[in-house]
Amino acid sequence: MSSVITIENLGKKYILSHQDQQKARYLALRDVMTRSVKNLGRKIIHPLSSEKQPKPNHEEFWALREISFDIRQGERLGIIGRNGAGKSTLLKILSRITEPTTGKVRCNGRVASLLEVGTGFHPELTGRENIFLNGAILGMSREEIKRKFDEIVDFAEVEKFLDTPVKRYSSGMYVRLAFAVAAHLETEILLVDEVLAVGDVQFQKKCLGKMDEVASDGKTVLLVSHNMATISSLSTKCILLDEGRLIDHGTPQKIIETFQKELSDTAFGQSDLSHADHYGNGRGRFLSISMRPVDKKAETLAYAEAGCDLEFELVVKAYTDLNSTTVALTIYDQQGVRIIDANTLIQGKALTLKKGDKAAVKFLLKNVRLKPGVYTAGLWLGIINQFDADGVRYATTFNMEASREDTLFSAPFPGIYACEFEHDIKTIDVEDAMESD
Amino acid sequence: MNDKTDFTFVIEAGRTERHYWKDLWSYRELFYFLAWRDILVRYKQTAIGVSWSIFRPLLTMIVFTIIFGKLARMPSGGAPYPILVFAAMLPWQFFGNALAESSNSLIDNANMLTKVYFPRLIVPASAVIVALVDFLISFVLLLLLMALYRFVPDWRILTLPLFLLMAFFASFGCGMWLSALNVKYRDFRYIVPFIVQFGLYISPVGFSSDVVPDKWRLLYSLNPMVGVIDGFRWAIIGGESRIYLPGFIMSVVVTLLVSLVGIRYFRKTERQFADII
Repeated sequence: MSSVITIENLGKKYILSHQDQQKARYLALRDVMTRSVKNLGRKIIHPLSSEKQPKPNHEEFWALREISFDIRQGERLGIIGRNGAGKSTLLKILSRITEPTTGKVRCNGRVASLLEVGTGFHPELTGRENIFLNGAILGMSREEIKRKFDEIVDFAEVEKFLDTPVKRYSSGMYVRLAFAVAAHLETEILLVDEVLAVGDVQFQKKCLGKMDEVASDGKTVLLVSHNMATISSLSTKCILLDEGRLIDHGTPQKIIETFQKELSDTAFGQSDLSHADHYGNGRGRFLSISMRPVDKKAETLAYAEAGCDLEFELVVKAYTDLNSTTVALTIYDQQGVRIIDANTLIQGKALTLKKGDKAAVKFLLKNVRLKPGVYTAGLWLGIINQFDADGVRYATTFNMEASREDTLFSAPFPGIYACEFEHDIKTIDVEDAMESD
Repeated sequence: MNDKTDFTFVIEAGRTERHYWKDLWSYRELFYFLAWRDILVRYKQTAIGVSWSIFRPLLTMIVFTIIFGKLARMPSGGAPYPILVFAAMLPWQFFGNALAESSNSLIDNANMLTKVYFPRLIVPASAVIVALVDFLISFVLLLLLMALYRFVPDWRILTLPLFLLMAFFASFGCGMWLSALNVKYRDFRYIVPFIVQFGLYISPVGFSSDVVPDKWRLLYSLNPMVGVIDGFRWAIIGGESRIYLPGFIMSVVVTLLVSLVGIRYFRKTERQFADII
């Protein structure tokens, strides 16, 4: 079998620019205003040359580097790695959305990407109109869409609402329709980025079935997911990325094992906050955050799973005297919903620090029963209703996995809380049922 | 069914443009769908719908006729003043709408740009097409107006598509340029409405360009819409109206130049759109 995609020495560089934080902390409003007026003036006078102006502080960041591998026809390649490992950047380059900085990719065949379902859906248009529009955006011809139309509608189960604007659709219907269009693309290469976690359980099963079918047609599939169950059930081969580099490749089982081992070896969820986005008046500053999943016996786990304890340790430094401030740790899901707010005020505690002092604050979240998925932790320091000394919305990110003991079927079911439950099934005799009617 | 060699392509830094025009052709249906979407969506949830594309030029025409024709008593060169104004209003509204829509088009479609690949040129181009549809609707209004004044155009009206083409390139060229600039500098979001508003008064919409002194006319024609509007008047009104040829050529040259620069700037920057939008 021939290679469908050949990737040679691929790299992608981004330039990050951030303000000097020492300076930013003591910046007066007047300085901000004069600087922005100056910048604006400069931009108006030389709109095209502003990129040549020296940037105050910029840094190169390689999202991908020296990636080389081959994909053969009919292969289903799973791409795994931590957040920021470069998985999505790789798919973006392959789908030609963004350009590589170095290297070369040779593709044999049409590429379609399912980077996000429903791209280009217009809320005012009807379901029927959106099928055509979305199909065209994904690269289908009108003939192709017409031919597949019934199949798409059937798959999405929206026959009754075809002539209703999609803004009146329930979110489930919307996603079903969007996935249905994308799943019927007739391309040789399909790129999939974390789109299977949509809809209700039955629809998810349908999607997984469809993905199997797509792959058995001899199409080549590249799949990015944080869900190890999806990766191991759908892919035939796997690669592991870390900090933009290709670390390992092989069978899904082997790579998933390597990945999980690596996660447990390195300090999980550790993050230096000097480059994070901070808000607040800067009277105090969070320097770092680290997270450790621990089991009931206080032993460190390889990864966070439903029911484990999460130990967060924060280091905070005071830049002025801080009296009776509150420290808060908040956990958000991927939709940005705040799920947990643990703070010292709830327990009647406060943090008092002298100027220049540092403190380590530990939070132990017990029996965390979040559903598998990606969560972010935010931090806050200040006095409620008076001032924010420091706040970091995205301090660190972590994955929750399903716990092995209480999950036999690990498809990504919706919901946020992995409640412990028992069940009991009793068949009801027909006669009993009749009586109770 | 498919000959795969057809789809072989190479992705490399700075090399995306090799199959650019071929891609553009194979995505022609998307172009049509985007224009169709914008037309469908344009007047959704409005009470009087498409009538808006008739009311807007009509009301402006009435105001201009009163101010320039009745109060300022500008010369019309024999034609009824409303027709003089409307013949200029049509291309100007087309230009203004096209410019406003296309310069914002990339940003309005940002979620598409960052998620799917397609030749980006389609986005501002389809915005110009939407403005063209509005133009055709108001053109019907011009015909009605001519019938009302029992004004019969001569053979010159057949040359109108030529001037329309010129208006198309003027707005497409500027639109492309501004839309690409807008991705990087959102300042253009505020500059474009200003250009459109200001341009209405400095272009010969409310008056005939004959009122401009001859020694300034060539300079005045640096505005490409001067040539377009003069052309429209020449074609529609006929009779005594004439084209100031050096000025017209100047407008054509400026139009071509703007289109060329616009397309070059767009092509140069479009590869980074997804990263900086």
